[in-house]
Amino acid sequence: MTTTPTIPTNKLGLTKQDYVGAKSTLCPGCGHDAITAQIIQSAWEMNIKPHMVAKLSGIGCSSKTPTYFLNQAWGFNSVHGRAAAVCTGVTLANRELTNVIASGDGDSMSIGMGQFVHMIRRNVPVVYILEDNGVYGLTKGQFSATADIGSVLKKGDVNELPPIDPCTLAMEMGCGFVARSYSGNPKQLNTILKAAFAHRGTALIDVISPCVTFNNHEGSTRSYKATKDKEIPLQELGFVAYHEQESVEIPAGEAREVAFPDGSRLTIRALRKNYDPTDRFGAMKDIHEAHSAGEFLTGIIYIQPDRPTLHDYVHMVDAPLAQLPQSTVKPNAEALRACMEELM
Amino acid sequence: MSFAPKAPTSTENAKTLINDFSVEIATVNGSGSQTANNVLMRSIFQMGVPVSGKNLFPSNIAGLPTWFQIRANHRGYGARKHDVDLMICMNAETAREDVAKLKPSAICIYDEPLKLSELRNDLGFFPVPFQQLVAASCPEPKLQKLVKNMIYVGVAARMLGIDMDEVRKAISRQLKGKEKAIELNGGAAQAGFDWADQNIPDQDRLRIIRDNKTEGQLIIDGNSACALGAMFAGVTVVAWYPITPSSSLVETLAEYAKEYRVDPTTGKSTIAIVQMEDELASAGAIIGAGWAGARSMTTTSGPGISLMSEFIGLAYFAECPAVFVDVTRMGPSTGLPTRTSQGDVEICAKCSHGDTYHICLYPGNMEECFEFTYQAFDLAERYQTPVFVVTDLDLGMQNWATKPFTFPEGKFDRGKVLNEQQLQEVQDWGRYKDVDGDGICYRTLAGTPGGKGAYFTRGTGHNVNALYSEKPEDWKSNIDRLRRKFDTARTSVPPPILRSTGSSRGVLAFGSSDSAVIEALDILEESHSKKVDYLRVRALPFTQEVESFLERMDVVYVVDQNRDGQMANLLREFFPEPSGKIRKVLHYDSTAINAQTLVDQINEFEK
Repeated sequence: MTTTPTIPTNKLGLTKQDYVGAKSTLCPGCGHDAITAQIIQSAWEMNIKPHMVAKLSGIGCSSKTPTYFLNQAWGFNSVHGRAAAVCTGVTLANRELTNVIASGDGDSMSIGMGQFVHMIRRNVPVVYILEDNGVYGLTKGQFSATADIGSVLKKGDVNELPPIDPCTLAMEMGCGFVARSYSGNPKQLNTILKAAFAHRGTALIDVISPCVTFNNHEGSTRSYKATKDKEIPLQELGFVAYHEQESVEIPAGEAREVAFPDGSRLTIRALRKNYDPTDRFGAMKDIHEAHSAGEFLTGIIYIQPDRPTLHDYVHMVDAPLAQLPQSTVKPNAEALRACMEELM
Repeated sequence: MSFAPKAPTSTENAKTLINDFSVEIATVNGSGSQTANNVLMRSIFQMGVPVSGKNLFPSNIAGLPTWFQIRANHRGYGARKHDVDLMICMNAETAREDVAKLKPSAICIYDEPLKLSELRNDLGFFPVPFQQLVAASCPEPKLQKLVKNMIYVGVAARMLGIDMDEVRKAISRQLKGKEKAIELNGGAAQAGFDWADQNIPDQDRLRIIRDNKTEGQLIIDGNSACALGAMFAGVTVVAWYPITPSSSLVETLAEYAKEYRVDPTTGKSTIAIVQMEDELASAGAIIGAGWAGARSMTTTSGPGISLMSEFIGLAYFAECPAVFVDVTRMGPSTGLPTRTSQGDVEICAKCSHGDTYHICLYPGNMEECFEFTYQAFDLAERYQTPVFVVTDLDLGMQNWATKPFTFPEGKFDRGKVLNEQQLQEVQDWGRYKDVDGDGICYRTLAGTPGGKGAYFTRGTGHNVNALYSEKPEDWKSNIDRLRRKFDTARTSVPPPILRSTGSSRGVLAFGSSDSAVIEALDILEESHSKKVDYLRVRALPFTQEVESFLERMDVVYVVDQNRDGQMANLLREFFPEPSGKIRKVLHYDSTAINAQTLVDQINEFEK
């Protein structure tokens, strides 16, 4: 008699294999694949129902990644920089879906910037993962708008334009969940992603994700080496999911706790003195100063889980609009007659 | 006081125009003239005389010239009348030009200080001391500017024979519930009437005589009609961006929705209306919503369609339902934002790069604005594709008399959507498999449980299973199927309407030209002894009847309100064989089309 090893399942009885997607076609060693792995891991851990997920993207290397995770979810690879608008429509149609956008710095911080900030302004419920490598990979290595001043392209061009920081931009717009991570820091990224899934509105995660082909050389400020050397985690993070509660060990020491509406809790033990991720203006100042000093801060940049979301602003019914029956959405003949009489 | 109009001195006089003339009021926009103009128009309507109102307004909020033309016509012609029979000059800036364009024997009421009567001796001039009259009837100086226009309503009522009871009724209707304003405006109209009664000699040139031709009718604009169509079609997601002349469509819908689309228990809305940051986002949002199963719509005008074109191509190729209402204005570029045009025929038909054809509906009157917007949602979901309702400023923002709309009975057509159970029963489902041979595939919606039915929607090349593909055979078979799907829609779109006289010469027109064409055909028959057939096209793809018409006729005059004859061009594209018979009859000076220009151009071709 042989014993079959038990494959771990989550609360839904699903294995991690149920959360994977197609095989990646990105360059071997691409930071994006490490992010994909953590999306799979965190969605599995958070018991996300795959069929209730809309995974959306724009155009670019990062935007290809929704194919590589959650193959039982519905994917939508839309147009450049505009997944935010598509997602706004999706969540209006069916507010019960969990939305994930995989975008990049080219996709989000140039053509997509208008929709990015307005998505945040409306607090569209979505886990927005900005896979940030400072270059356009799919068009073979032009600078993106997040490239640092002084960063050097493979072919020698030096960037002279100031970078746009997606995190401080999001904070300016009042985003209630702003985090930065690094594709080479899977533990931190996993914790942040789980917390992002527990967040009700827009959760922005800017993940520095080196491009092995076009931006991993000496002189690049986004290479694996440069990123690793400069990374300073702001906090040690612990996450207690709604279904785990006390069973998870939280980091020792003085910790701050942030509770999410689903009962999940994020514990934040500060590693950097005086950094307060609940103080929007203070945090913005600290991030700007750190950037000037050449430091790369990761962790929870800003958190405020209680903001109203798009659904609150629109005052719509609780049931998904897409599922309302005809009897609810088609006024009767008497209503039309009344409308007509008013105009007579 | 009720006023019984004095009988015209000689009703037999050929020069007396009874229930058939135009009134044009020249004012300054932002002066409250719109209320006065609507009251005058509605008063005529209430007298039982068919009427239409056209506002020729500037792209400006206050201070620039604006003209409002009211056309009374006992035969119900709603198109703009080229010549003005009664001019009311309230704007010093344009008064001299306004008088100069009048035909001899027209009548001109003017603000006395303008001293217009010295300009011509072939017109009937009636100076009115508006300022004195308004000062007497409205003691509050700051309200005088707003009420002043109501004076001319009273003056015109007295001159034309409109019952003051109807004027008062129209004022109450227009200013619903605002008692003080009703009293003030009613007083001003009465002051104008009384003054005219005592000071203006009777004229027998223009007369409104009570009739019964508007019984059971109502006055509405096309944007409101489209809004109602969308509401009754159960639209649930509206993402839009304001742009003239479409903005009032969603604003009207939002007003109606407050009453008719609210959950009675919770008070929450069954429709999400979101003003987006731009037209690109509006298109993206309704495509996302359509993809996720909602009935979604945006409204815009030409510049918005240009901005949306990338997303529209995606929706076509990825096969997402969504309704686009284009209330066309004069382009290209910013163009003339407050002037009408049919210049978006081709962009709507083919919007996007690459090979595309879209289903387009061309309503020609108020009932069709309602019905076609309603139908657009069925078509979008049945064909899983963007559907365009192409109206224009003339339909959308102007006032038209119409029969009440008929309630659309029946069930919505939600298209081929597989639920969990159906997915279990279907063997080897593929998102883009043409199982039925009509080009329309079966789709699934995000959130469907059961572990089957998830697929990846993309704007990149894909095979029948929605997987990324760069294979030439996958590309070609998919793009050919999309064309097949478009052609299938011929069986579902509203067919054209034929008015046959047995002639071998025909007019083909669409949209807002209808009213002018009907009038032009009457003129051709009555004044030029010419019988001409008329086919009104109401949709793209063109149906068999369109092809038959082109084949049957020796000559086809295609009426377009654009420079290049865009509808004619589309017809030539689809029917190259008979296209040599096409003659372009065009109107594109930014004014609403009128019958005479059609008559003149057709006569010129037939010389």
